[in-house]
Order: sequence, then structure tokens, then C-alpha cells
Amino acid sequence: MKKLMLGNEAVARGAYEAGVRFVSSYPGTPSTEITESIVQYKDDIFAEWAPNEKVACEAASGAAMAGARAMTCCKHVGLNVMADPVFTMSYIGANGGLVIAVADDPGMHSSQNEQDSRHYAKAAKIPMLEPSDSGECRDFTKAAFELSEQYDTPVLLRLSTRVSHSQSLVELAEREDIPLRDYQKDIAKNVMMPGNAIKKHVVVEERQKNLAALAETSPLNKVEDNGSSIGVITSGISYLYAKEALGNRVNYLKLGMAYPMPEKLIRDFAAKCEKLYIVEELDPFIEEHVRALGIGCIGKEQFTMLYEYSAAMIKKAVFPEEVQSDSFETPNAPMRPPVLCPGCPHRGTFYVLKKLGLTVSGDIGCYTLGATAPLQSVDSVICMGASVSAAYGMAKVRGAEFNKKLVSVIGDSTFMHSGITGLIDIVYNHGANTVIILDNSITGMTGHQDNPLSGKDIYGNPAKQVDLELLCKAIGVERVVVADPFDIKHFEEVVKEEVTSDEPSVIIAQRPCALLKYVKYEGKCAADPEKCKKCKMCLRIGCPAISWKEDHIEIDETQCNGCGLCMNVCPFGAIGKEGV
Amino acid sequence: MSTTSIMITGVGGQGTLLAVRVLGNMALRQGYDVKVSEVHGMSQRGGSVVTYLRYGDQVYSPIIEKGEADVILAFEKLEALRCLPYVKKGGRIVVNNQKIDPMPVITGAAAYPEGIIEKLQERAEVSVVPAIRIAEEVGNARTANVVLLGSYAKSSGIPKEEWIEVLRETVPARFIDVNIQAFERGYQI
Repeated sequence: MKKLMLGNEAVARGAYEAGVRFVSSYPGTPSTEITESIVQYKDDIFAEWAPNEKVACEAASGAAMAGARAMTCCKHVGLNVMADPVFTMSYIGANGGLVIAVADDPGMHSSQNEQDSRHYAKAAKIPMLEPSDSGECRDFTKAAFELSEQYDTPVLLRLSTRVSHSQSLVELAEREDIPLRDYQKDIAKNVMMPGNAIKKHVVVEERQKNLAALAETSPLNKVEDNGSSIGVITSGISYLYAKEALGNRVNYLKLGMAYPMPEKLIRDFAAKCEKLYIVEELDPFIEEHVRALGIGCIGKEQFTMLYEYSAAMIKKAVFPEEVQSDSFETPNAPMRPPVLCPGCPHRGTFYVLKKLGLTVSGDIGCYTLGATAPLQSVDSVICMGASVSAAYGMAKVRGAEFNKKLVSVIGDSTFMHSGITGLIDIVYNHGANTVIILDNSITGMTGHQDNPLSGKDIYGNPAKQVDLELLCKAIGVERVVVADPFDIKHFEEVVKEEVTSDEPSVIIAQRPCALLKYVKYEGKCAADPEKCKKCKMCLRIGCPAISWKEDHIEIDETQCNGCGLCMNVCPFGAIGKEGV
Repeated sequence: MSTTSIMITGVGGQGTLLAVRVLGNMALRQGYDVKVSEVHGMSQRGGSVVTYLRYGDQVYSPIIEKGEADVILAFEKLEALRCLPYVKKGGRIVVNNQKIDPMPVITGAAAYPEGIIEKLQERAEVSVVPAIRIAEEVGNARTANVVLLGSYAKSSGIPKEEWIEVLRETVPARFIDVNIQAFERGYQI
């Protein structure tokens, strides 16, 4: 049976068919739907959201060590977080298969950088497979588990946004019955201390050679000889763009194994071509390998290291004479950047922080949008958890007065991910920062995943809920205040008081995400033109439902969700509710 | 058959993903190779959202390039304008007459363009659909996406009954009745 599936759904299907028993991940666009799709196979696979990627990878490593086929899935920057166990699992090996699915985000649709995960395969000496479409996502996931067991190594499965989030046809098969492998105490294999690791590194290098030999003959690497004098070496989504642009007019070497790469296969392919192009998004990973073999090629001097590729740009590079210019002028259309949703609880927080003129150390989540106009409250964003630790560093060098105008903002899920360690740093090392935890009861940006603070597991079943207040107090934060960011007056008072205190403090800004099904506000807001003094205060909250129409304030009822924040901001009581 | 390319554009949260799933399942039902490219994550938060659907005997790229879309289904007028370079000369645009101000317009940094429909007509055959009004009339403003789909379906050459069967396969059962009503009203335009 054939089914239209997202690449991510197809990876989940491949894992199911490969007999996987355990999947642990932390959400991250564009990888999230892999683990969400695993949920449907709940009779055969245990799935979970872990607090962060490092924990997820370690849990999956333990499951593999104990003899099960196990998987962890993350976005490119998630692989940075899990890098520690990954590099050492390369030495330990897999026992039961261990696959790490990592989704890169060329073009940065939903990411803070554009890093190329293939470097991790080389650095950690782990094989990496790279599918192009959903059919291959399923096939390569299964192949990855075979490789993992056969060569006793974790295997990286590299996806990208357009592979993860494109749907194409997948042939479904039954689940294989893969029994648990034996677990035996094996100190030399599983305890990575110097005496053992010294010996294991030899094994890893030997494995590298064997995998490179496999790359010469593996069906994952495919030559398409169309009798052309032009050759293209490519992989992943770039292969599909190249096929679209160049059809059967060139020869292809499609590398399904992104690492290690074959030598002889590439030499033989190149020998038949007068012109050899390397078509790969982001870094010149294949290109550097080809050049190191002493083979001339056309790569990044023609293509770019930036953003996504397209069929049009490939055609322009290879057959420029065939590209017709379209004289059509791109219309002048104002940008539509993402914004905080109508009813978003973060809007109240940022409104107050901006009003108070505070320096705001930001973090990763919907609330990164607090840096966009008109709120423009956030000063800096680095990575998951950095809002807390970076603000601590700022305060240490700039002193107490600076700290009295400085806060960190971090989401509930992000705080559990890696904000808590920064808070411990503050408490332990005599810091006095104020940390605002934006507790909207869900992991928002990635599409509503539960987390240790939400009280539910990945299946929606009740789960032990971490008590945020108690947790902060247990670390040693004595000032912990819970406040509603929509009660603007009170929230402002709380922030003023906490930020000026000379000890660490935590404000838990508590209000659920407006997109949660149970969040319902009565009626819609409307501005009364009689009472409105046209002061435009309500525009300062940056609600997409509120706009200035020539000479009056208008609230778009199709967008308004009735949260009433604008009513709290209006100094003249000119905004009321309709339909209540 | 050569590849048909349909671009669906709108503002995050407008329900473009459901529309593209219906279109994808329809192409699959016709026995074609299908590729769909979706957008998830940050852009879904009220930003411009573009989804691509391509079907034919064999489809390679899931992405539609400039000047290659046979059809654009636009859920919002400004987004139709933004995607105009993608439609083939003489292609078709089905556009919701809804106007949603983007943040630069709300803050006064930019103006919402005038005369969008006329600009679209310079390059394509345009149907303007009052999808929100119709969706509200059938009882659920969130079915505007299916009203638009209905309006496109009429010119697709595929019998209405088949569309409705695909809707039944794709839309959750508890919302199916109102969605079929919305589809029918769009189809009548």
C-alpha cells in the first residue's frame, strides 16, 4: 500500500518497520513530527519527550546498550546539545541499533543558525545517511538500523527542512520482529575510561575503513549514467532540485551515504565527465572530499553556501544559455514577519518590560518574537537556556546597577531544557539576577508538545508535574513570585520590586498559550469611537488584531480572541467586549 | 502527464495545511506521483506561509519556482500579490477577498497596497471569493479554506463527488458536515 507521507512521518514509519522499541527526543523544528508520529505505534514503541536532547540521546543510548533498537530525533542545534554522548557512543557502539535523526534547516525557516550537521558525522566518526524524499526516509531509516547493528555504531540520519516537511509516496511494509539482543556486562566495551577508550579508538578507526569500503558498493550510493559529458555529485534534497533542473541530460552520482564517502566510485564517475559539478546545500562537504582526491570540480565558486538551493539556480549554473529572463517585476508587497498570536500571554510580559526600559536577555521559543516590532523588548538570543546564564555574565561584569535594569525571559519548556543550570550558577556564584519564566503550560513554538511542567506525557496521559516554585526554592532562590502577565498593573509592580532586589529572584509569569484548546475568552474586543482619545496606547502591545485605520482604532474580529489585554492597556476604558 | 503545480499561500493559522492535504489526496486518488511541501515552526505564527503541491507522472522537486505555478490559491490578498511572480503567465489565481494587515502596516512602517486584484489580473485569470463571509454563513469562519478549495475544484475537471469523498477522508469526522457545506458553497461560485 502506498501512502502520502511527510518525510518525518516516513522516518517514524521506517523506525516502526525496523522493529524499534524506544524513541526519546526533544522537540525542534523541522524534526518534531518524527517523534509525534511514533506515538501512533504505541503498542510496539515507547516514545517520550525528554527534558533536552542530551538526556534523550543518553536514554536512547541506554536502550540500545540494553539490546533494543532505539532512536533519538533532533534539529541541527539539538545535535550540539547531545554532542557529548554522541561522540562517546561512537566508541562504545550500539549493541541494539542506535539511530540519531537530525534535521538541518537551510534557509533558517525556524532556526537561529544554518549549521551543516554533516561535520558531526566526520568529527564523531559515525556513518551518516541522507535521504531525498519520503520513500527514502523510510528505506534509509531501516538501512540505518541494519548498519548500526552490523558495524556496532550509532548512525546519523540527516534530513533537511524540505525533506522533513515534504510529502511524497511511501510503500508501507509490516513491522519486523527484532528480538532484544542479549545484555552482558562488558566493562571493556561499555565503560569509557582512558584504558578502555584507548583500545576502542583503534576499533573506531578500523570501522571507518570498513564503512568507507562499504560506501564503494552500497546501493545507498547510486550512479545514473545518462551518457553525458557532464557529471553531478549530489545528495539529499539537492538531488531532486538537480533532477528537476537538468533531467536526464547529465550523469548523477547520488550519495545516499553522506559519510564516509567512497573514493573509487567518485574517481570512476569523475573520469567519465568532462565537467563535474558538486551540488550540495550549505557547506562544501562533498566538494572538499572530491578536491582532496585531486579531482577538479565546480562547487561553491559557482553555487552558494547560503540558504536553500532551487532547480532554477542549478539550471542557471549548468545551462545558463537556456534560462529565459522573465521581465515581470516583483510587486512591492510589505513583509509579513511572524508575530506573537492574538491572545498570546507573552505580549503582556513584553509590554511591561518595554515600558520599564529593561535590558532583556532572551531565549528560544515563540517569545523570541518579543524582539520584533513594535515590542522590540528582547536584547539578545543565543541558544536554549542562554537567557539565564548570559544575563548572569552581563550582570557580573557590569555590576549591581546594571543588574537592576536586567531580566532574563525563558519559556517553561526551555527552562526545564537547560535554564535550570544557569539559575544554579546565579545562586551558587553570588548572582542577583531576576529570571522571568514564561509559563504558558506547553512547548509552544514547535506545535504544542507536553513537557515536565505540563502534567502530561507524550500520549496525553497524566504525568508527574514538576513544581516550578518548589524547584526554584530548592535550588536556593528565596524570592519566587507567581504573577499573571495580563494583570499588567500588578505584573509591573512585581517586576519593579524583584529586579531591584539584591538577591536572585524568579518571577513565574503564568498564563496558558492562547492556542490551547481549553483557553477560551468570552466575546471580542471592540473600540468605542466615542470614548477613544486616539492615544494609540493599544497599538503598543503589537496585537495583530488591532490597527489604526486612517482616523480610528479598529479591532479585527476575525483575529481577536477576546483576551482583553488591550482593555487593560487603554487608559480611557474605551475598549469593551462585544457579545458578552 | 506533465507536472501540475499548485501554490497555496496565506497567513499562518489560516488553515492552508488542510487545503493542501485535500489537494494532495485528490492527486493521489487520480493515480499521480505527488509531492507536497509544507511550512511548520516559526512562520506559522502569523507570518507568510507558502505551501507547494506538484503532481504528474513523475515529480522530482517539491518546490515551485518563479513562473511555474499553474494555480495559486491565496487565502489573503497581500499574500496573493507576494506570490504573483510564481504564477505562469495566463495561470489561475483563486483569492480570498480577506485583508489581514501585517505588522509593518499596523505599526505604520508600510502601507497595505492598493489595487491588488487589478495587479493580479495583469498576469493571471483571477477569481475573487468572499470566503470568510460564506464560511460564516455556513456557521464556521474556520471553513474559509474549504470554501476556496470548492471554488478551485469547479474548474479542476474532477467531478464534485470525488472531491467530497476526498474531503471525507481528510477532514476529521466531527467537522465534516460543515466543511462539505462550505465546499458546496465555494463550488457554486
